Amino acid sequence: MEWDWAFVWQIMPTLLEGFKITILATVLGAAVAAVVGLLLAIMRRSPIPAVSRTVGFVSEFIRGTPLLVQLYFIFYVLPDIGIRLSPLVAGVIGIGIHYATYTAEVYRAGIENVPRGQWEAAKAANLTTPQTWVHVILPQALPPMIPALANYFIAMFKETPLLSAITVLELMNQAKSIANSNYRYIEPMTLVGIFFLVISLISVVGLRWLEERYARMDD
Amino acid sequence: MPQPIIRIDNIVKRYGPLTVLDGLSMDVMPGEKLALIGPSGSGKTTILRILMTLETISGGHIQIDGDQLYHMKKGADLVAADEAHLRRMRSKIGMVFQHFNLFPHKCVLDNVTLAPMLTQGVKRGDAEKRAMELLDMVGMADKARSVPAQLSGGQKQRAAIARALALSPKIMLFDEVTSALDPELVEEVLNVMKHLAAETDMTMLLVTHEMGFAHDFADRVLFFDRGKIVEQGKPEEIFRNPKQERTQTFLRKIIAAGHRV
Repeated sequence: MEWDWAFVWQIMPTLLEGFKITILATVLGAAVAAVVGLLLAIMRRSPIPAVSRTVGFVSEFIRGTPLLVQLYFIFYVLPDIGIRLSPLVAGVIGIGIHYATYTAEVYRAGIENVPRGQWEAAKAANLTTPQTWVHVILPQALPPMIPALANYFIAMFKETPLLSAITVLELMNQAKSIANSNYRYIEPMTLVGIFFLVISLISVVGLRWLEERYARMDD
Repeated sequence: MPQPIIRIDNIVKRYGPLTVLDGLSMDVMPGEKLALIGPSGSGKTTILRILMTLETISGGHIQIDGDQLYHMKKGADLVAADEAHLRRMRSKIGMVFQHFNLFPHKCVLDNVTLAPMLTQGVKRGDAEKRAMELLDMVGMADKARSVPAQLSGGQKQRAAIARALALSPKIMLFDEVTSALDPELVEEVLNVMKHLAAETDMTMLLVTHEMGFAHDFADRVLFFDRGKIVEQGKPEEIFRNPKQERTQTFLRKIIAAGHRV
């Protein structure tokens, strides 16, 4: 099989369209994972056992089942009970919540690293619980966890091809349809690999920088 | 006859099977300076932590400034205090900790202004003006823009004192505030507290192992052992002429360990 440059240039615009969706899904999914993960971590610490246990159980359940199955469930099963989502929305929710159960663990560790004395000082300063989280605990807990969070977002980026299973027109799906209609796989699949590799390499450099900047925890 | 500002009535504190305080009662008059001394594990720090609502009580009642601390009136009944009631009560009390517990991500000035701005609605300008006065008083005005990591232990503790004062509490609790300091830094913190005791009519409770300081600072010294007040009185009585054998033993050990009396 010969490498065909003309074919490469011909399919490039379609692949770039798909790549945009891949990036969009990653960014939105990361946002969902960042926010939902934090909520899960805070709810996990709830003094109400019904809340903390339920959150713990649901998290275990989501981590213990494959993302692909969850995506199928959200996109193909939820419509049966009247919840109809566009492929991208379903994909972002699925991948975002799946990774939220992992980022929640990062948050949990970061929050537990804040000394108990900080909670006590906040109480002695008469802050409310939300004020304590916003002004005392999270500003100390978040910076050291940024590298670990970024790591999960890179992992999530590399899992976005799973979204092709629920008809999201991201990079992998575009490449597959090009390949299927032209009976040529080598160029589209190679290009998909290169796209992912380039972004991954850039991310690794960015991650190094984040680690330098944030990972050391000063007292 | 003025009413006590703190009235501790028969409180019990248990940690699982361990009883730390067993039916303790004591009154504190407004403006009184109390020193709580005694061996570690005697319950003296627990009392401060209970007054600051960092611990709950297993039984008994506490009145602060005429109101119940852990209970509130609901119709004719006394029920467990809710968070709103606890916050109202906490506003009367400030605490300085053994390990300072400054907010490490904020400069000294922001440490002092945070709570007044958030909990009392003080505007930033006013909060900073008041904070600078307090920092000046504790000799920390030139460090207002430093973060805690850049300060010595003595400086951290003086900043923490300013932070606690910023809320203008009626009662200040000092929990072994010099125990974590290098010996040469103890003096600067004690001087600030002496100044405070002399200049203000705040009620102060001090848990300490600095017997010399307790002697100079306090109007009344309470010796605790196993969750009970064994002996109390004026500093000169307790330190020069302790009546109880347990007090005598404790003070002998402290002197042998090199502490000044």
